[in-house]
Amino acid sequence: MTNKELEKLALAIRKRVLRMAYECNDNVHMGGALSMVDILAVLYGEVLRGIGKPYEERDKFILSKGHGALALFATLGELGILSEERLSTYLADGSNLCAHPVMEPEIGIESSNGSLGQGISMAVGMALSAKRKKRDYQVYTIIGNGESNEGMVWEALASAAQFKLDNFTVILDHNKFQNDGASEKVMCYPDYKECLQAFGYHVDEIDGHNIPQIQEALKNAHADNIPKAIVANTIKGYGISFMENDNSWHHRRLTQNNYEQAMKELDEQGYGD
Amino acid sequence: MEIKKSEITRWAAMGPRAAFGMAVLKLYEEEPDFFVMSADLGSSSGLARFYSKYPDAFVNVGIAEQNLIGVAAGLAKDGTPVFATSFAPFISMRASEQIRMNMGYMSLNIKAVGLGSGLAMNTLGASHFGLEDMAVMRTIPGMTVLCPSDGLQIAKCVEASKHYDGPVYIRLSGGADIIYEDDFDYEIGKAIITKQGNDVAFIATGSIISQTLKAADLLEEKGITCKVIDMHTVKPLDKDILNSLTEYKLIVTVEEHNIFGGLGSAVAEYYANRKERPRQLMLGVNDFYPHPGKYEYLLNECGLTPEKISERVMETYAEG
Repeated sequence: MTNKELEKLALAIRKRVLRMAYECNDNVHMGGALSMVDILAVLYGEVLRGIGKPYEERDKFILSKGHGALALFATLGELGILSEERLSTYLADGSNLCAHPVMEPEIGIESSNGSLGQGISMAVGMALSAKRKKRDYQVYTIIGNGESNEGMVWEALASAAQFKLDNFTVILDHNKFQNDGASEKVMCYPDYKECLQAFGYHVDEIDGHNIPQIQEALKNAHADNIPKAIVANTIKGYGISFMENDNSWHHRRLTQNNYEQAMKELDEQGYGD
Repeated sequence: MEIKKSEITRWAAMGPRAAFGMAVLKLYEEEPDFFVMSADLGSSSGLARFYSKYPDAFVNVGIAEQNLIGVAAGLAKDGTPVFATSFAPFISMRASEQIRMNMGYMSLNIKAVGLGSGLAMNTLGASHFGLEDMAVMRTIPGMTVLCPSDGLQIAKCVEASKHYDGPVYIRLSGGADIIYEDDFDYEIGKAIITKQGNDVAFIATGSIISQTLKAADLLEEKGITCKVIDMHTVKPLDKDILNSLTEYKLIVTVEEHNIFGGLGSAVAEYYANRKERPRQLMLGVNDFYPHPGKYEYLLNECGLTPEKISERVMETYAEG
């Protein structure tokens, strides 16, 4: 895909996120969904190979920060992997399209998530399996900076380096907030680039809303035996002025006014149309 | 797996952890299609020979039990069986929520192995005892819970678990006694009657079967004949065998586990809603952390020596 096409995809995903949030008329994890939309657009638009193919033949993506599921569902919707009919069941009784991913390998949802710190660990296991079984799929996972409070994240990070997983890429959606507020006030706000380098990673620090930078970081080949980390500096609630860096949108219901204003803003952005 | 008579004695004598290591090695030589994992306890789990010989089938995650289960899940994602091992309290409780997500919610093909459970870790102290693991694992929906009682049964249990497609918790307790002198049929969920008797029915699980059989002998000297059932599968329980015990004047559950939440609780839960139910005496660790000490010391402190078991049964039995 060209940059323009990826930007358009990202815009379409954002609009769908808003539409789904509005139509379900319930609280949704809005801020952390919007912060990673551009990353998902590049991943699904041109990085992941073999979506829908058998296990050995497809690249794997795990949304370790599972509360971003709304953006993942919206992305799968834009790609036609999730039907409009299923998307309309978002947060409905008995629907697997709930606030966190529910495992459904047929559509590339490899794992049930929602318990922070666990997705990255399973991703390490999947990448290790590929190495041991000489399969050539790649494994990608998105973690959050709040999620990185979990000790298990660091256990998993250490093991991917120890196992020399050069088929493993961890993307940190670094939006600087978590449930209770700004991460610098809640818990440990380290220089993630330095931390990850110390753990033995090749690290790219990028603007997580800059499509060419995301493309470059994701498409750079791994150095032999070294896992890759991308510290993506993002803005929580990105793209909607009144949501950006306002942590009340961590989990909140969208009113009709909110929805109309947000859609108006996205229409005006238009990304060069 | 073909098991020679000479191996039966040797496996029992070497203790549960070494027997587990031998069983895994032997199985892998016949069926090299699974992984074995450790959290920096490979040599203490009897796995040294396995990882020297088959390094590509072995994964050590270091002292990180949460990641142990997470990585096991990734390895098991394509259906491959994965034996993930650590000491019982660490794997069952340090990683219990990882087990819940990956083995419960996602039902992945992981066999979590709790080593040195019950009182087996003796002088290492209660930090290492497995007193709550059955309770925690039993509450995970869809989990199978197995507690082998001797070296041969460990080998049978390892093989059956590998062939069973789904999550299993294998609880290895202590002791080096032989319960089964000859090869036998082992089936998950199907209890084994190790002794026949008419007055009291013992139901025990894991290595405490050995003390239970000795207690049954003591009771027989007093004229009370005892049936002894090896309930090696604590979940799902063998309902047929439980249904066959309703005529007994007394049933006695014996376990090296807290009296809350383990085998005794499971049996009581089963009978609770039934019209015909026998009286049940529950023997186990009576809701406390035993002091460190040798295995015999601990059995004594917990009232689980053959003498103490038989005395407690006599008292209850005498009440009529």
